[in-house]
Amino acid sequence: MDLLYKVFIDPFLQMGGAPDLLVQTLWDGLVSGILYSLIALGFVLIFKASGVFNFAQGIMVVFAALTLVGLYEHGVPAYLALAITVVVMLGLAFSVERLMLRPLVNQPDIILFMATFGLTYFLIGLGELVFGGDPKVMIASELGLPKGAIEVKMAGGFVSLQKIDIAATVIASVMVASLAVFFQKTRIGRALRAVADSHKAALSVGISLEQIWVIVWFAAGVVALATGIMWGARSEVSFALQIIALKALPVLILGGFTSIPGAIVGGLIIGIGEKIGEFYWGPLLGSGIESWLAYMIALVFLLFRPQGLFGEKIIERI
Amino acid sequence: MFYREAGQFKTSYTADMAVFPILQDRIGIAVVLVIAAVIIPLFGNDFLLQAVMTPFLVFALASIGLNLLTGYTGLLSLGTAGFMGVGAYACYKLTTAFPGVNVIIWIVASGFVSAAVGVLFGLPSLRIKGFYLAVATLAAQFFLSWCFIRVPWLFNYNVSGAIEVPTRTLFGVPVTGPNSLPVTRYLIVLAIVVVMTWLASNLIRGRFGRMWMAVRDMDIAAELIGIRLLHTKLLAFAVSSFYCGVAGAMMVFLWYGGAEADVFNINQSFTILFMVIIGGLGSLIGSFFGAALIYILPIILRIVPAELGVPLHAATVEHLTFIIVGALIIGFLIIEPHGLARLWQIGKQKLRVWPFPY
Repeated sequence: MDLLYKVFIDPFLQMGGAPDLLVQTLWDGLVSGILYSLIALGFVLIFKASGVFNFAQGIMVVFAALTLVGLYEHGVPAYLALAITVVVMLGLAFSVERLMLRPLVNQPDIILFMATFGLTYFLIGLGELVFGGDPKVMIASELGLPKGAIEVKMAGGFVSLQKIDIAATVIASVMVASLAVFFQKTRIGRALRAVADSHKAALSVGISLEQIWVIVWFAAGVVALATGIMWGARSEVSFALQIIALKALPVLILGGFTSIPGAIVGGLIIGIGEKIGEFYWGPLLGSGIESWLAYMIALVFLLFRPQGLFGEKIIERI
Repeated sequence: MFYREAGQFKTSYTADMAVFPILQDRIGIAVVLVIAAVIIPLFGNDFLLQAVMTPFLVFALASIGLNLLTGYTGLLSLGTAGFMGVGAYACYKLTTAFPGVNVIIWIVASGFVSAAVGVLFGLPSLRIKGFYLAVATLAAQFFLSWCFIRVPWLFNYNVSGAIEVPTRTLFGVPVTGPNSLPVTRYLIVLAIVVVMTWLASNLIRGRFGRMWMAVRDMDIAAELIGIRLLHTKLLAFAVSSFYCGVAGAMMVFLWYGGAEADVFNINQSFTILFMVIIGGLGSLIGSFFGAALIYILPIILRIVPAELGVPLHAATVEHLTFIIVGALIIGFLIIEPHGLARLWQIGKQKLRVWPFPY
């Protein structure tokens, strides 16, 4: 009885008792949810256009952030460093397409998945070799990102909002909106969607697969850079980020592998669910349940909807 | 010229169905076993036994376990290290609770605990497939490694939070713990791996193996011809986790001699998945090749610069190793997506018709 009370009633009493804490937790969850969404977005972009489940997205985030900070440490002005990093990500996209995707075209999914594993190892080694393995501080203020916190009076208490989080939210929203416009309205965007629907049909109407792949990998690289800046500004730039990137997987499951809105909504659900779970139910189990709660949420969810929230219905034929 | 089956006639079905129907293969495997069981223990130094061969065999067994699940049944799993951890912790609990029973029995028995956990986490596989299932197994991985840290009962409430392997003896010879010799441990690992590989090879040639492969090739079609999906998939999870559990128990008891929860982290799972895919999905010998490539190659890469007298910083070597391994993985996948096992087969085929091209 006591346990049932602790699981089903006590957390809600706590929520009702201190609404400002609840709002604070929700906000924290929202922000980390947005960052998960950004990583998931990178996955979705590549998965949609090439059917590759890009495991290297996490390390691309780290690599982009490291390049940016590393360049700045070598005396390159912040904005120039940003521009150079974008060029580096373009170069990465080109080489990935040339050296990895093109020779592996038409292979089973799992082989391509493994190849991105190889890419992950390669980038870890390269990043550590060039920039060193130590955690670095993101050059947030040099890039014009705000610092400090705003205290908002709300729900009978104070809720503290980090300015950088607000900036992250805004930038993420702008990015998602521009990607959506890009996909819906531009010529390249239409080509991308055509490729996503069917490689063969797209080829037959004269869309160059190679070009499309470079574009999506580049777009994913830019998303990775933005994620890296945001996440780096919140904590620091280190290779541990790569593990956090795995959190994008339950997000993808919730949202479906092919849906951009799904990635956003899934990210928010996971982010908020995780923080609320950790804060209110975590103490019951001993803390640290954040590490697996997201996966469990996704697992339970999958049992009822195997294709995710926005995923296309899976139809199987013999 | 030397390797061909011409002139070797089979007079019974049993002979025809043997694991190694060709005489040269039987000689080959005998030579390999003699080298592994006699020559390496006699002439190998402790480094070779302790840091190369024992881990290689442990990883090979774990790869076989994952290969049964991913390569033969087509269920992608990223929770291998979690299941290995279950085996290790179960073995620790069992041997501290019943110190009188021989530890080797417990190493094998802990596989059953791991199998039970595997079945539990395999339940979603009935409804979800492919990468979705991979994420479901990630849930197992993260949940289990959380348990290894947060459930003190698992490591007998000791302060360090790590499990330390007690000394256990077999016929008066210490086999685990700090007093045991690397040679003893190596031989035990070798014996377990050989027996379990032999069991696995018979398993996949029999009814269960065929059921698994039917499910892998198309599960709906398999269901239509009367294979019960739930049973088959759960059995695959159970057997696979059993192998991983034994590998995990051996890893801690016969290799590390003590372990923290961090040994069984997500990267370990990925490493084993690497081995399976580089070695060849759906191939037992491939599991050995994959384990050799992924585990032994970095060791060689680390030794080479020092041997050649190239002055490189240890950290630099580490990073270069990462780069080279990553590039090699991509390279191997481009050259032969079906893994080293396929290269091996091609080589054997070439050898059969040698010196003629076909």
